[in-house]
Amino acid sequence: MRHKVYPDAKSALEGIVSDGMTIMAGGFGLCGIAENLIAAIRDLGPKHLTVVSNNCGVDDFGLGILLANGQIKKMISSYVGENKLFEQLYLAGDLELEFNPQGTLAERIRAGGAGIAGFYTKTGYGTIIAEGKPTREFNGQHYVLETGLVADLSIIKAWKADKEGNLVYRKTARNFNPMMATAGKITVVEVEELVEVGELDPENIHTPGIYVDRIVVEVGAEKRIEKVTTRKREEVK
Amino acid sequence: MAWTREQMAARAAQQIRDGFYVNLGIGIPTLVANALPPGMTVSFQSENGMLGIGPFPYEGEEDPDLINAGKQTVTEVPDTSYFSSADSFAMIRGGHMDLSILGSMQVSEEGDIANWMVPGKMVKGMGGAMDLVAGAKEVIVLMEHVEKSGAPKLVTRCTLPLTGTHVTDFVITDLAVFEFTKRGGTLVLKELAPGVTLDEIKAKTEAKFEVGLA
Repeated sequence: MRHKVYPDAKSALEGIVSDGMTIMAGGFGLCGIAENLIAAIRDLGPKHLTVVSNNCGVDDFGLGILLANGQIKKMISSYVGENKLFEQLYLAGDLELEFNPQGTLAERIRAGGAGIAGFYTKTGYGTIIAEGKPTREFNGQHYVLETGLVADLSIIKAWKADKEGNLVYRKTARNFNPMMATAGKITVVEVEELVEVGELDPENIHTPGIYVDRIVVEVGAEKRIEKVTTRKREEVK
Repeated sequence: MAWTREQMAARAAQQIRDGFYVNLGIGIPTLVANALPPGMTVSFQSENGMLGIGPFPYEGEEDPDLINAGKQTVTEVPDTSYFSSADSFAMIRGGHMDLSILGSMQVSEEGDIANWMVPGKMVKGMGGAMDLVAGAKEVIVLMEHVEKSGAPKLVTRCTLPLTGTHVTDFVITDLAVFEFTKRGGTLVLKELAPGVTLDEIKAKTEAKFEVGLA
């Protein structure tokens, strides 16, 4: 029998985080991030981390709290424009940064999890992203060789899980989570709702349980919105 | 008189055809969604994993799990679908998007785009822009004609780090509309904003261009 469910984020991560490890963190901006797991990494205190995540949160929330706590040595990201501390640390030379085009980042992670060592893409050809990478022409078009990406640990946010780790994501909180779940040597998932095996529709599982090692139920998440944009009801015609 | 941001967006919206799947970048391109002629079926894609984007939610109905690529809260429409970032960029890189409309800091006379970094000063990252310009069937750049300093943004050669080379089809600024004859081809001035003269465009444009005004 498998025992994937842990009582809380700290117990799920205890003993598997260490200095210098590579962590993949799901989320796009603050949407679909594993808040409890990020807080537990802060509390457990591993340092010199390489973090693979599309963004790095904002100054005081999301992965931004690990940055502010001095735990991150290097980020592999596509966009950091929402985080002033990030920009300052990078420009001052206190943080390593590897920019990946967002689609290249997503595909590198997908490839890593699928055992694909590398792939050719048109994205980034002729830019600094392609510098030092082999290029090749296919049917008269230029492509850049990009490599698959894996991590020691992936921290994932899902909406629902059953106790075997079958996952369902919600709306745009899915983003990088499904690929990262496949690319971590250990994958720990934070979920809003844990159900019994058999309660999720097998036709609608987004991530099969084989990829999931540990599960915790999220407690007290803020689910902060980065930019609240609304329309007034009077505008309805 | 120069076009306003809304007028620039409206001009870009004229390039959209019925049935198009379109990705809109952050900033002025976002306004294009409000400028579509009625009666057209157009789907907007957001690269964080959504096809079919509705308007902003009513106050009090914001959903933290439902945002666009600019991290703004949005809503569903009846044909909305959600997918992962890998599926989203398969859509973009696989050549399925009809049109990408994005902002830029510089565009060169060969259609190179630079829009993600000012070395030593501003580091934001390319996000999905490199994938979009490499993969979309058509690329429109919407930007101010000159920088705040007055320096031209349509340049001979981009001095900032590139997003893509030979990727631009149209450039719509607050002063004029330009079209490339083909990818990496000749830049042609097609339209002037009301009251803008050819001499003004020549003075404010470093890139070499031909004049093809209607």
